[in-house]
Amino acid sequence: MASLKELKGRINSVKSTQKITKAKQMVAAAKLRRAQAAAEAARPYAERLSGVMVSLASKVSGDSAPKLLQGTGSDKRHLLVVVNTDKGLCGGLNANIVKAAKAKATQLITEGKDVTFYLVGKKGRAPIKRDHPERIEKHFDTSNVRQPGFEEAEAIADDLIERFEKGEFDVAHLVYPIFKSALAQDPTVDQLIPVPSPEGEGSGGDAVVEYEPGEEEILEELLPRYVKTQLFGALLEREASEQGASMTAMDNATRNAGDLINKLTIQYNRSRQAAITTELIEIIAGAEAL
Amino acid sequence: MALHFELVTPAKLVRSEDVHMVVVPGAEGGFGVLDGHAPFMSTIRDGEVQIYKTEGGSPETIEVRGGFAEVGENGLTVLAEHVES
Repeated sequence: MASLKELKGRINSVKSTQKITKAKQMVAAAKLRRAQAAAEAARPYAERLSGVMVSLASKVSGDSAPKLLQGTGSDKRHLLVVVNTDKGLCGGLNANIVKAAKAKATQLITEGKDVTFYLVGKKGRAPIKRDHPERIEKHFDTSNVRQPGFEEAEAIADDLIERFEKGEFDVAHLVYPIFKSALAQDPTVDQLIPVPSPEGEGSGGDAVVEYEPGEEEILEELLPRYVKTQLFGALLEREASEQGASMTAMDNATRNAGDLINKLTIQYNRSRQAAITTELIEIIAGAEAL
Repeated sequence: MALHFELVTPAKLVRSEDVHMVVVPGAEGGFGVLDGHAPFMSTIRDGEVQIYKTEGGSPETIEVRGGFAEVGENGLTVLAEHVES
Protein backbone atom coordinates (compact mmCIF):
# COMPACT_ATOMS: atom_id res chain seq x y z
CA MET A 1 0.00 0.00 0.00
CA ALA A 2 1.37 3.35 -1.05
CA SER A 3 1.96 5.83 1.69
CA LEU A 4 -0.25 8.88 2.11
CA LYS A 5 2.48 11.18 0.89
CA GLU A 6 3.03 9.12 -2.25
CA LEU A 7 -0.68 9.12 -3.02
CA LYS A 8 -0.90 12.84 -2.56
CA GLY A 9 2.02 13.29 -4.93
CA ARG A 10 0.37 11.14 -7.57
CA ILE A 11 -2.93 12.99 -7.29
CA ASN A 12 -1.13 16.26 -7.78
CA SER A 13 0.79 15.04 -10.78
CA VAL A 14 -2.37 13.71 -12.45
CA LYS A 15 -4.07 17.00 -11.71
CA SER A 16 -1.37 18.96 -13.47
CA THR A 17 -1.51 16.58 -16.43
CA GLN A 18 -5.23 17.16 -16.58
CA LYS A 19 -4.67 20.89 -16.64
CA ILE A 20 -2.38 20.53 -19.64
CA THR A 21 -4.74 18.28 -21.59
CA LYS A 22 -7.64 20.55 -20.80
CA ALA A 23 -5.73 23.58 -22.05
CA LYS A 24 -4.69 21.77 -25.21
CA GLN A 25 -8.27 20.72 -25.81
CA MET A 26 -9.53 24.28 -25.59
CA VAL A 27 -6.77 25.57 -27.83
CA ALA A 28 -7.58 22.86 -30.38
CA ALA A 29 -11.28 23.73 -30.25
CA ALA A 30 -10.55 27.38 -30.96
CA LYS A 31 -8.08 26.55 -33.72
CA LEU A 32 -10.46 24.02 -35.24
CA ARG A 33 -13.01 26.70 -35.89
CA ARG A 34 -10.42 28.80 -37.68
CA ALA A 35 -9.08 25.87 -39.67
CA GLN A 36 -12.57 24.88 -40.75
CA ALA A 37 -13.32 28.42 -41.85
CA ALA A 38 -10.10 28.48 -43.87
CA ALA A 39 -10.95 25.18 -45.51
CA GLU A 40 -14.38 26.48 -46.41
CA ALA A 41 -12.98 29.75 -47.77
CA ALA A 42 -10.69 27.84 -50.09
CA ARG A 43 -13.47 25.83 -51.64
CA PRO A 44 -14.76 28.37 -54.23
CA TYR A 45 -11.34 28.66 -55.84
CA ALA A 46 -10.93 24.91 -56.11
CA GLU A 47 -14.43 24.54 -57.54
CA ARG A 48 -13.98 27.22 -60.18
CA LEU A 49 -10.59 25.89 -61.09
CA SER A 50 -11.77 22.35 -61.61
CA GLY A 51 -14.74 23.69 -63.58
CA VAL A 52 -12.36 25.46 -65.94
CA MET A 53 -10.16 22.37 -66.06
CA VAL A 54 -13.05 20.20 -67.16
CA SER A 55 -14.04 22.51 -69.98
CA LEU A 56 -10.45 22.92 -71.17
CA ALA A 57 -9.26 19.35 -70.87
CA SER A 58 -12.14 18.14 -73.03
CA LYS A 59 -10.97 20.48 -75.79
CA VAL A 60 -7.27 19.76 -75.66
CA SER A 61 -6.58 16.11 -76.21
CA GLY A 62 -4.18 13.78 -77.95
CA ASP A 63 -0.52 14.51 -78.38
CA SER A 64 -0.80 18.24 -77.98
CA ALA A 65 -1.79 17.87 -74.34
CA PRO A 66 0.85 18.97 -71.83
CA LYS A 67 2.93 16.37 -70.05
CA LEU A 68 1.31 17.12 -66.73
CA LEU A 69 -2.03 15.95 -68.08
CA GLN A 70 -0.81 13.16 -70.30
CA GLY A 71 1.85 11.61 -68.12
CA THR A 72 5.25 10.33 -69.18
CA GLY A 73 3.84 7.31 -70.91
CA SER A 74 5.01 4.82 -68.31
CA ASP A 75 3.96 4.13 -64.76
CA LYS A 76 7.01 2.48 -63.32
CA ARG A 77 8.17 4.98 -60.74
CA HIS A 78 5.67 6.20 -58.18
CA LEU A 79 6.07 9.01 -55.72
CA LEU A 80 3.95 9.09 -52.59
CA VAL A 81 3.46 12.57 -51.20
CA VAL A 82 2.46 11.96 -47.60
CA VAL A 83 1.02 14.88 -45.65
CA ASN A 84 1.41 14.44 -41.90
CA THR A 85 1.09 16.87 -39.05
CA ASP A 86 4.01 18.57 -37.34
CA LYS A 87 2.76 18.19 -33.81
CA GLY A 88 1.62 15.21 -31.83
CA LEU A 89 -1.13 15.00 -29.22
CA CYS A 90 -3.70 14.26 -31.86
CA GLY A 91 -4.64 10.66 -31.21
CA GLY A 92 -4.33 8.15 -34.00
CA LEU A 93 -4.37 10.65 -36.85
CA ASN A 94 -0.76 10.31 -37.93
CA ALA A 95 -0.77 6.56 -37.38
CA ASN A 96 -3.75 6.30 -39.71
CA ILE A 97 -2.16 8.43 -42.42
CA VAL A 98 1.05 6.42 -42.25
CA LYS A 99 -0.92 3.19 -42.36
CA ALA A 100 -2.72 4.32 -45.54
CA ALA A 101 0.58 5.39 -47.12
CA LYS A 102 2.24 2.09 -46.25
CA ALA A 103 -0.69 0.09 -47.60
CA LYS A 104 -0.47 1.98 -50.90
CA ALA A 105 3.30 1.51 -51.01
CA THR A 106 3.02 -2.23 -50.36
CA GLN A 107 0.39 -2.55 -53.06
CA LEU A 108 2.58 -0.72 -55.58
CA ILE A 109 5.69 -2.68 -54.64
CA THR A 110 3.95 -6.01 -55.07
CA GLU A 111 2.89 -4.81 -58.51
CA GLY A 112 6.57 -4.40 -59.27
CA LYS A 113 6.74 -0.61 -59.24
CA ASP A 114 9.39 1.59 -57.73
CA VAL A 115 8.14 3.64 -54.82
CA THR A 116 9.66 6.72 -53.23
CA PHE A 117 8.31 8.96 -50.51
CA TYR A 118 8.06 12.71 -50.32
CA LEU A 119 7.15 13.61 -46.77
CA VAL A 120 5.41 16.77 -45.66
CA GLY A 121 5.23 17.36 -41.93
CA LYS A 122 7.33 15.96 -39.12
CA LYS A 123 5.29 13.16 -37.69
CA GLY A 124 5.43 10.81 -40.65
CA ARG A 125 9.19 10.65 -40.78
CA ALA A 126 10.05 8.17 -38.08
CA PRO A 127 7.43 5.48 -38.83
CA ILE A 128 7.98 5.54 -42.59
CA LYS A 129 11.74 5.61 -42.20
CA ARG A 130 11.51 2.47 -40.09
CA ASP A 131 9.89 0.47 -42.90
CA HIS A 132 11.36 2.12 -45.98
CA PRO A 133 14.66 3.69 -44.95
CA GLU A 134 16.10 3.86 -48.49
CA ARG A 135 12.98 5.10 -50.24
CA ILE A 136 12.58 8.52 -48.68
CA GLU A 137 13.25 11.23 -51.22
CA LYS A 138 12.72 14.40 -49.26
CA HIS A 139 11.26 15.93 -46.12
CA PHE A 140 9.41 19.14 -46.61
CA ASP A 141 9.39 21.06 -43.38
CA THR A 142 6.27 23.00 -42.51
CA SER A 143 6.92 23.25 -38.79
CA ASN A 144 8.49 26.69 -38.87
CA VAL A 145 5.36 28.50 -40.07
CA ARG A 146 2.39 28.99 -37.82
CA GLN A 147 -0.26 28.20 -40.33
CA PRO A 148 0.77 26.62 -43.60
CA GLY A 149 -0.68 28.70 -46.40
CA PHE A 150 -0.54 28.99 -50.13
CA GLU A 151 3.19 29.79 -50.12
CA GLU A 152 4.01 26.37 -48.72
CA ALA A 153 1.68 24.65 -51.16
CA GLU A 154 3.32 26.61 -53.96
CA ALA A 155 6.81 25.61 -52.84
CA ILE A 156 5.87 21.94 -52.63
CA ALA A 157 4.13 22.02 -56.02
CA ASP A 158 7.04 23.78 -57.72
CA ASP A 159 9.45 21.24 -56.30
CA LEU A 160 7.25 18.34 -57.39
CA ILE A 161 6.76 19.68 -60.91
CA GLU A 162 10.48 20.29 -61.28
CA ARG A 163 11.20 16.72 -60.25
CA PHE A 164 8.52 15.49 -62.62
CA GLU A 165 9.99 17.41 -65.52
CA LYS A 166 13.44 16.07 -64.75
CA GLY A 167 11.88 12.64 -65.05
CA GLU A 168 12.46 11.54 -61.48
CA PHE A 169 9.05 9.90 -61.26
CA ASP A 170 6.10 9.02 -63.47
CA VAL A 171 3.12 9.14 -61.14
CA ALA A 172 2.60 11.05 -57.92
CA HIS A 173 -0.01 10.19 -55.31
CA LEU A 174 -1.10 12.47 -52.53
CA VAL A 175 -1.86 10.90 -49.14
CA TYR A 176 -3.67 13.21 -46.75
CA PRO A 177 -6.48 13.16 -44.18
CA ILE A 178 -9.92 14.41 -45.15
CA PHE A 179 -11.65 16.17 -42.31
CA LYS A 180 -15.14 14.76 -41.79
CA SER A 181 -15.79 15.76 -38.21
CA ALA A 182 -13.90 16.12 -34.98
CA LEU A 183 -14.35 12.39 -34.51
CA ALA A 184 -13.55 11.14 -37.99
CA GLN A 185 -10.67 11.99 -40.30
CA ASP A 186 -10.26 9.68 -43.26
CA PRO A 187 -6.83 9.20 -44.77
CA THR A 188 -7.21 9.42 -48.54
CA VAL A 189 -4.98 8.58 -51.48
CA ASP A 190 -5.43 10.73 -54.58
CA GLN A 191 -3.53 10.79 -57.82
CA LEU A 192 -1.78 14.13 -58.17
CA ILE A 193 0.45 13.89 -61.25
CA PRO A 194 -0.41 13.33 -64.04
CA VAL A 195 -3.54 15.28 -63.36
CA PRO A 196 -6.39 12.80 -63.64
CA SER A 197 -8.52 13.73 -66.61
CA PRO A 198 -11.75 15.13 -65.27
CA GLU A 199 -14.86 13.07 -65.67
CA GLY A 200 -18.06 14.32 -67.15
CA GLU A 201 -18.90 16.77 -69.85
CA GLY A 202 -17.46 20.24 -69.93
CA SER A 203 -19.86 22.83 -68.65
CA GLY A 204 -20.99 25.08 -71.44
CA GLY A 205 -19.20 22.88 -73.93
CA ASP A 206 -21.39 24.03 -76.75
CA ALA A 207 -20.63 27.71 -76.33
CA VAL A 208 -17.81 28.99 -78.50
CA VAL A 209 -15.22 30.21 -76.04
CA GLU A 210 -12.38 32.36 -77.23
CA TYR A 211 -9.01 31.68 -75.68
CA GLU A 212 -6.19 34.08 -75.23
CA PRO A 213 -3.44 33.01 -75.86
CA GLY A 214 -4.36 29.47 -77.03
CA GLU A 215 -6.04 26.54 -75.31
CA GLU A 216 -2.77 24.70 -74.83
CA GLU A 217 -0.98 27.67 -73.37
CA ILE A 218 -3.77 28.26 -70.90
CA LEU A 219 -3.88 24.60 -69.97
CA GLU A 220 -0.14 24.65 -69.45
CA GLU A 221 -0.55 27.55 -67.04
CA LEU A 222 -3.50 25.98 -65.41
CA LEU A 223 -2.14 22.53 -64.59
CA PRO A 224 0.60 23.64 -62.18
CA ARG A 225 -1.98 25.85 -60.56
CA TYR A 226 -4.29 22.90 -60.20
CA VAL A 227 -1.54 20.88 -58.51
CA LYS A 228 -0.90 23.79 -56.17
CA THR A 229 -4.55 24.04 -55.29
CA GLN A 230 -4.70 20.30 -54.58
CA LEU A 231 -1.75 20.60 -52.22
CA PHE A 232 -3.16 23.71 -50.61
CA GLY A 233 -6.42 21.87 -50.02
CA ALA A 234 -4.51 18.96 -48.52
CA LEU A 235 -2.66 21.29 -46.15
CA LEU A 236 -5.92 22.89 -45.05
CA GLU A 237 -7.56 19.51 -44.52
CA ARG A 238 -4.56 18.42 -42.52
CA GLU A 239 -4.83 21.49 -40.34
CA ALA A 240 -8.50 20.93 -39.64
CA SER A 241 -7.97 17.20 -39.08
CA GLU A 242 -5.11 17.80 -36.69
CA GLN A 243 -7.13 20.18 -34.57
CA GLY A 244 -10.21 17.97 -34.67
CA ALA A 245 -8.30 14.83 -33.72
CA SER A 246 -6.40 16.73 -31.08
CA MET A 247 -9.60 18.03 -29.56
CA THR A 248 -11.13 14.56 -29.32
CA ALA A 249 -7.96 12.95 -28.00
CA MET A 250 -7.47 15.64 -25.38
CA ASP A 251 -11.09 15.43 -24.33
CA ASN A 252 -10.61 11.72 -23.67
CA ALA A 253 -7.36 12.35 -21.86
CA THR A 254 -8.98 14.96 -19.62
CA ARG A 255 -11.81 12.60 -18.76
CA ASN A 256 -9.41 9.72 -18.03
CA ALA A 257 -7.37 11.96 -15.78
CA GLY A 258 -10.56 12.92 -13.94
CA ASP A 259 -11.43 9.26 -13.39
CA LEU A 260 -7.94 8.55 -12.18
CA ILE A 261 -8.06 11.44 -9.76
CA ASN A 262 -11.35 10.19 -8.33
CA LYS A 263 -9.95 6.71 -7.85
CA LEU A 264 -6.79 7.99 -6.23
CA THR A 265 -8.73 10.32 -3.96
CA ILE A 266 -10.87 7.44 -2.69
CA GLN A 267 -7.76 5.39 -2.08
CA TYR A 268 -6.14 8.31 -0.32
CA ASN A 269 -9.14 8.85 1.98
CA ARG A 270 -9.37 5.15 2.76
CA SER A 271 -5.76 4.86 3.77
CA ARG A 272 -5.99 8.06 5.79
CA GLN A 273 -9.00 6.60 7.61
CA ALA A 274 -7.15 3.33 8.15
CA ALA A 275 -4.19 5.17 9.62
CA ILE A 276 -6.45 7.11 12.02
CA THR A 277 -8.24 3.91 13.07
CA THR A 278 -4.94 2.17 13.74
CA GLU A 279 -3.76 5.07 15.84
CA LEU A 280 -6.99 5.10 17.85
CA ILE A 281 -6.80 1.36 18.48
CA GLU A 282 -3.26 1.79 19.70
CA ILE A 283 -4.24 4.55 22.12
CA ILE A 284 -7.26 2.66 23.45
CA ALA A 285 -5.26 -0.55 23.82
CA GLY A 286 -2.56 1.41 25.64
CA ALA A 287 -5.14 3.00 28.00
CA GLU A 288 -6.75 -0.36 28.75
CA ALA A 289 -3.42 -1.93 29.60
CA LEU A 290 -2.90 0.60 32.37
CA MET B 1 -27.87 45.32 -66.92
CA ALA B 2 -25.15 44.55 -64.48
CA LEU B 3 -22.19 42.27 -64.83
CA HIS B 4 -21.68 39.66 -62.15
CA PHE B 5 -18.07 39.83 -61.06
CA GLU B 6 -16.19 37.40 -58.84
CA LEU B 7 -12.62 37.66 -57.67
CA VAL B 8 -11.34 34.47 -56.07
CA THR B 9 -8.02 33.59 -54.49
CA PRO B 10 -7.00 30.24 -53.01
CA ALA B 11 -7.47 31.67 -49.54
CA LYS B 12 -10.91 33.20 -49.99
CA LEU B 13 -13.61 34.66 -52.15
CA VAL B 14 -12.55 38.31 -52.31
CA ARG B 15 -15.43 39.81 -54.26
CA SER B 16 -18.76 38.64 -55.48
CA GLU B 17 -20.91 41.51 -56.67
CA ASP B 18 -22.74 43.07 -59.57
CA VAL B 19 -20.84 45.85 -61.28
CA HIS B 20 -20.99 47.86 -64.48
CA MET B 21 -17.64 47.05 -66.02
CA VAL B 22 -14.33 45.44 -65.11
CA VAL B 23 -11.01 46.05 -66.84
CA VAL B 24 -8.73 43.02 -66.59
CA PRO B 25 -4.97 43.02 -67.34
CA GLY B 26 -4.87 40.15 -69.82
CA ALA B 27 -1.61 38.50 -70.80
CA GLU B 28 -1.94 39.83 -74.34
CA GLY B 29 -3.36 43.18 -73.40
CA GLY B 30 -5.94 44.58 -71.06
CA PHE B 31 -9.61 44.15 -71.82
CA GLY B 32 -12.82 45.51 -70.47
CA VAL B 33 -15.75 43.25 -69.73
CA LEU B 34 -19.32 44.49 -69.85
CA ASP B 35 -22.47 42.47 -69.40
CA GLY B 36 -23.19 40.18 -72.33
CA HIS B 37 -19.56 39.66 -73.23
CA ALA B 38 -18.88 36.61 -75.40
CA PRO B 39 -17.42 33.57 -73.62
CA PHE B 40 -13.76 34.23 -73.25
CA MET B 41 -10.80 33.00 -71.30
CA SER B 42 -7.41 34.55 -70.80
CA THR B 43 -4.42 34.33 -68.54
CA ILE B 44 -3.61 37.54 -66.74
CA ARG B 45 -0.38 39.30 -66.06
CA ASP B 46 0.45 41.03 -62.78
CA GLY B 47 -1.39 44.30 -62.63
CA GLU B 48 -4.51 46.14 -61.59
CA VAL B 49 -8.06 45.01 -61.98
CA GLN B 50 -10.27 48.08 -62.36
CA ILE B 51 -13.83 47.79 -61.17
CA TYR B 52 -16.35 50.36 -62.38
CA LYS B 53 -19.35 50.11 -60.09
CA THR B 54 -21.38 52.54 -62.18
CA GLU B 55 -21.10 53.94 -65.66
CA GLY B 56 -18.74 56.88 -65.75
CA GLY B 57 -17.81 56.52 -62.09
CA SER B 58 -14.23 56.37 -60.89
CA PRO B 59 -12.82 52.85 -60.78
CA GLU B 60 -11.77 50.87 -57.75
CA THR B 61 -8.48 49.08 -58.33
CA ILE B 62 -7.22 45.82 -56.89
CA GLU B 63 -3.69 44.53 -57.45
CA VAL B 64 -3.62 40.92 -58.63
CA ARG B 65 -0.76 38.58 -59.35
CA GLY B 66 -0.90 35.42 -61.44
CA GLY B 67 -4.02 33.68 -62.54
CA PHE B 68 -6.62 33.88 -65.25
CA ALA B 69 -9.98 35.35 -66.08
CA GLU B 70 -13.00 33.57 -67.41
CA VAL B 71 -16.08 35.12 -68.95
CA GLY B 72 -19.04 32.81 -69.09
CA GLU B 73 -22.81 32.91 -69.03
CA ASN B 74 -22.84 33.85 -65.38
CA GLY B 75 -20.42 36.72 -65.58
CA LEU B 76 -16.74 37.29 -65.08
CA THR B 77 -14.61 35.21 -62.75
CA VAL B 78 -11.04 36.21 -62.00
CA LEU B 79 -8.96 33.50 -60.36
CA ALA B 80 -5.87 35.16 -58.94
CA GLU B 81 -3.09 33.66 -56.90
CA HIS B 82 -2.42 36.74 -54.84
CA VAL B 83 -4.44 39.85 -54.21
CA GLU B 84 -3.18 43.06 -52.64
CA SER B 85 -5.83 45.42 -51.60
